[in-house]
Amino acid sequence: MGNITLAGIDLELWDGGDGSPLLFLHGAGGFRPTDEFVDLLGHHRQVVAPSHPGFGASSLPDWMDRPDDIAHLYLALLDRLGHARLDVIGCSLGGWIAAELATMAPERIRRLVMVGPVGMKLGGRETLDIPDIFAMPASAVEKLLYHDPDRHRPDLTKLSDEQLAVMLRNRETTALLAWEPFMHNPKLRHRLHRVRCPALFLRGESDGLVSAAYLEGYAALLPNARIATLADAGHVPQQEQPAAFVDAVMSFLNA
Amino acid sequence: MRAWHFSETAYHLLPPAETYESIRVSLPNRNYDPRIGADLYHRYLDEWLLAEDEGMEIMLNEHHQTATCVDPAAPLMLAALARQSSKARLLILGNPIANRRQPVRVAEEMAMIDVLSRGRLEAGFVRGVPYEISPANSNPVRMNEREWEALDLIVKAWTNHDGPVSFEGRFFHNRQINIWPRPWQQPHPPIWISTTSPGGAARVGDRGYVQATFLTGYDGTKRIFDSYRAAWRDAGRGAHVPNDRLAYAALVYTGATQAEAYAGAEKLLWYVTSNKVPPHFAAPPGYLPIEAGVRMLRGAEHPLSAFAKSASVEGAIAAGIMMAGTPDQVEAQVRKVYDHVGGFGHLLIMGQAGFLEHDETVAGIRMFAREVYPRLKEW
Repeated sequence: MGNITLAGIDLELWDGGDGSPLLFLHGAGGFRPTDEFVDLLGHHRQVVAPSHPGFGASSLPDWMDRPDDIAHLYLALLDRLGHARLDVIGCSLGGWIAAELATMAPERIRRLVMVGPVGMKLGGRETLDIPDIFAMPASAVEKLLYHDPDRHRPDLTKLSDEQLAVMLRNRETTALLAWEPFMHNPKLRHRLHRVRCPALFLRGESDGLVSAAYLEGYAALLPNARIATLADAGHVPQQEQPAAFVDAVMSFLNA
Repeated sequence: MRAWHFSETAYHLLPPAETYESIRVSLPNRNYDPRIGADLYHRYLDEWLLAEDEGMEIMLNEHHQTATCVDPAAPLMLAALARQSSKARLLILGNPIANRRQPVRVAEEMAMIDVLSRGRLEAGFVRGVPYEISPANSNPVRMNEREWEALDLIVKAWTNHDGPVSFEGRFFHNRQINIWPRPWQQPHPPIWISTTSPGGAARVGDRGYVQATFLTGYDGTKRIFDSYRAAWRDAGRGAHVPNDRLAYAALVYTGATQAEAYAGAEKLLWYVTSNKVPPHFAAPPGYLPIEAGVRMLRGAEHPLSAFAKSASVEGAIAAGIMMAGTPDQVEAQVRKVYDHVGGFGHLLIMGQAGFLEHDETVAGIRMFAREVYPRLKEW
């Protein structure tokens, strides 16, 4: 992982793989270059993956508290790296950031992949669109996150203090960004109509956070979006089904 | 030393603890009978007024969505006491200002109570315990920053007397601040802050506000008070730190005999043992510093949670979180904590909890006020 300083923010940046560039925006769990899907994607594309401010080793300035703050920063990142237009993948919270970025500069995105994205409010005011993960035990959260929680539960005894600190910090920054309005920006749904690039909305069929109806409603706000589902995967399909995930992404990006 | 009678106005008539996940945040309020609740409110108010009659001061606090403390709007209770009492100091500890959206409104409430009580308000402020996050829908991240900015805004609202002024902070914005009434006490009511960490105490000491700490025992309290004193001196407030800047809250029950006292003290332990709260409410993300979170993931436990698992009167006395016994014993126990931590000027007495009935509560207050308090006043 390298580092880049932008607007006074130290950003941890992964840059690997070969091919045309692709911006990967990670979810609430952070970015781990050792994940299998990163290697698989890198066979096809140059993967540019910043750790969002407050995640991984990236700093968090005190003025930042919403995903659109991060989207603004990534416009500066694309300027710095010289990417006038590229493909973007956003997962979960990263999907929210990608949506904000797309509404700010739709012309800079060639194709957009949204994986279990949050950021939208579609249902009524009496019902949460996304379950309140901060008001339930970890054992309940992992059931919403994973198709097979037993395979993906971290063994805390094997993690270093530094790794635990990153895990806690990622969670803290997620709370900061997504607390209120919970997991959404009410303005976003009125802005997405300008995002005319081809978009793929991808969801693990066991995703307990982002429902099928939510994904469909979200995708319907973009004029050129389609939907796909990955079997035997939950909210983090890139981890649970890395090969199927990369196949689905690449067939869309290469279409 | 000043002694304060403190009650959390609990609603203790609950189903067995194993039938619910949490006594806070999520326990359905169908378990609360408003008719019983009304009786309890009046009873607790009577106990405060009786403590005043016995020469003690009055303290109350605020929590939300919990049976442990059914006082979600402490300024309302304090307003009733401001009208009904006549001489006691009135300490609210405190206003959870990291969770209040309008600090100027808090300044107004406190100014009203100060005027209504003719200058008897002691205005306490807290960040708010972690279980207050969900009831307030308040972001658990950057709470300290919000608390201190809110306090600055409140002091500004209290001390400005010449027409509207403005405030544009990181979290709070007001363009026309000009509160009516202004406080009775000048330049403003005494400010208290509670914290249970040395880092927090340093900030309070730097400002010279009154520092209160709750059930932190011998060594925890010493660390907090030492940190306060160091910061006080570093801020150039003088080498001597007056004891009236420091307050310690403990469970206290005084009886004619040790057996009688321990029977009352046993019931006070409910304050510690009833606090069944799952981790997702007790440790929301961002509430604890990252390093403390890592220690918890490695199995560290909050000292009070560890204590609650095998709570006993003897254990609580040994830990310095309880004083119970005959007047001589209670005096000696207070003295032992007092000497260990370098002295303090306020003893905040949790004198009622859970199943301690009215008569028992009154007996404990009276025995303390008549037999122990006169000796402590000399310290």
